[in-house]
Amino acid sequence: MSEWQSWLALLLILIILCSALAVLLLKNHVAAVAAASVVSLALAVLFALLRAPDVAMTEAAVGAGLSSLILAFGLRRLGLWRIGAEAQEKGEDD
Amino acid sequence: MMLAIEPILYAGAIGLIAIGVAGMALSRHGFRIVLALALAEAGANLLLVLGGFREGGVAPILVGGGNTASMVDPVPQAMVLTAIVIGVGVQALAIALLIQVKEHLGPIDRQGLRDAMEADIDRHAGLPLPESLDRPLSREGER
Repeated sequence: MSEWQSWLALLLILIILCSALAVLLLKNHVAAVAAASVVSLALAVLFALLRAPDVAMTEAAVGAGLSSLILAFGLRRLGLWRIGAEAQEKGEDD
Repeated sequence: MMLAIEPILYAGAIGLIAIGVAGMALSRHGFRIVLALALAEAGANLLLVLGGFREGGVAPILVGGGNTASMVDPVPQAMVLTAIVIGVGVQALAIALLIQVKEHLGPIDRQGLRDAMEADIDRHAGLPLPESLDRPLSREGER
């Protein structure tokens, strides 16, 4: 790995860890799903840096795309899809 | 300054697994547990790909019979490719189970689900509803 790739990998691993903490700490479920999607996207770029382009493609398409879609539809079926003012007035619990 | 990135990446992958496992153990809401499971999966995938990584290697794509000595290991990459797809399948199954639990029992947070399951078991066994010790006894007359 050249030097700029090392720094980019360091930045990506920091993004991944912060988003992973955000998944557990955010109150809103929609925001947590978005943070999980950020983890998948940053992981896809990291896979590309680690010389695994096929894994990167799959992670971006399946891990970030399809997985977020499934989780979002699941949120709607579970009745947890609350955004903005609606989420404020309902008083989110964990 | 050349940065020794590989130990940092290993630490990041193990940290991601740790965050996922801690989230699975500590979360109260069922949906959050599914998200934490996805995080732990991502960390395991990163650890596997890192295991096959070699400093100065090229992507394992053969073009006209090039030399294979300078490539990173393609076997963990093939396994991770499968694991990603299986992970999405597991997530879909978990979401489907959560939807069924919500339709049949009601709450999907840990405490509410435990109470609902105990009441369900008692009802099927034909037992009367248990009297909670910390419920005020004055409600006895209302029934």
